[in-house]
Amino acid sequence: MSIPLTLLGLLEREASHGYDLKREYDALFGRGRPLPYGQVYSTLARLARDGKIIAGEAEPGSGPERRRYVITETGATEFEQWLTEAVPPEPHLQTTLFTKVVLALMLGRDAHAYLDTQRLAHLRRMRELTDLRRGGEIVDVLLADHGLFHLEADLRWIEATSGRLDQLAAKVRA
Amino acid sequence: MSALIEARDVTLAFGGTPALRGVSLAVDAGDIIAIMGPSGSGKSTLLHCLGGILVPDAGEVWLDGRRVDTLDEQRRSALRRDVFGFVFQFGQLVPELTAEENVALPLLLGGTRRAAALAESRSWFARLGLDGLQRRRSGELSGGQAQRVALARGLVARPRVLFADEPTGALDSLTGEQVMNLLVDAARAEGTTVILVTHEPRVAAYADRQVIVRDGRSSALTVERVGS
Ligand SMILES: Nc1ncnc2c1ncn2[C@@H]1O[C@H](COP(=O)(O)OP(=O)(O)OP(=O)(O)O)[C@@H](O)[C@H]1O
Ligand SMILES: [Mg+2]
Repeated sequence: MSIPLTLLGLLEREASHGYDLKREYDALFGRGRPLPYGQVYSTLARLARDGKIIAGEAEPGSGPERRRYVITETGATEFEQWLTEAVPPEPHLQTTLFTKVVLALMLGRDAHAYLDTQRLAHLRRMRELTDLRRGGEIVDVLLADHGLFHLEADLRWIEATSGRLDQLAAKVRA
Repeated sequence: MSALIEARDVTLAFGGTPALRGVSLAVDAGDIIAIMGPSGSGKSTLLHCLGGILVPDAGEVWLDGRRVDTLDEQRRSALRRDVFGFVFQFGQLVPELTAEENVALPLLLGGTRRAAALAESRSWFARLGLDGLQRRRSGELSGGQAQRVALARGLVARPRVLFADEPTGALDSLTGEQVMNLLVDAARAEGTTVILVTHEPRVAAYADRQVIVRDGRSSALTVERVGS
């Protein structure tokens, strides 16, 4: 799961404070595993160091540090590239897929197109495994099967998500 | 190289219901492609347009450098008989005929003599795990057996293009796998171009290329060639 890129995605929509980024991240992607403050600020510091975001002046007030972060051209380009490329089709990538779909919807991008790219990447990998299987011995067949079943499960999830994008969009943009 | 078979911006509506809204698809000779997409998205309709069964309202269908959607019904019928093989999604066997006669039908319609046609037909039964069922009528076959008989009928006349609409839809996964292996081997051996509709990723994974149709449109990503 790529936390820096997810934070960039949230900043792509609008400049934000670390505290608000954390709250939003937890609500959409945390699912019982909230992001520690320390990690939020260290990630933001690294993004700023690499010129992907710019930190504003510290704002006066009590409580946590108040500083607004703004995405740069470099950051936006990197985020855009990440968003539109398929995740390598390996098992257990649901969290990254989900994150990309939610961010794409939030930012008004073509989530269908993204899911199609992903679907074709999965199918390509399934084809490789199927080829392996066709020429292979029983051991290859069974190992390839394991990969195929996982990819198939991902694809089913992609289908289900694709069929419910409107619902998800309504929720994310609410 | 130009494509063997191609749909260009094909549109078709049934009454007021648009089924295809500008689909383009080009398939090279000898390629196996899988068309995927949600139920009702227009997959079967696209297959029927490519196969000269339906005529598009707009757009063009080309085969081997010749326009085919403008041919009259008689010429399209000859094309379907001589150049294409079909495995339909639903109820395709002739109930009055035995299984071996059903398989032999494309040969018989093409003018092959009965004895030769039946001999050729019988050679498919063992390959498809159907031995012993040659004389059954379609009502006496299980869904999966009938589907394999239909596949043999699609392949028996060695068509240049085979259209197969959910050819493994009624099969369990092991039988489906056998049928797909057979289909792919037969197609590769004969250089047959295969256009396959399926909603099963495992079946689509046998194809060289996958195309997604949604809402009567082919995905912009269809040009992607898998594996190379
Ligand atoms: N003969 C027909 N008359 C009227 N409408 C039709 C006819 N055939 C198909 N349709 C409509 O055209 C659209 C596309 O149908 P089509 O059969 O091509 O879908 P499909 O993608 O093959 O679906 P499935 O996966 O369920 O087989 C659907 O809305 C369907 O209801
Ligand atoms: Mg159909």
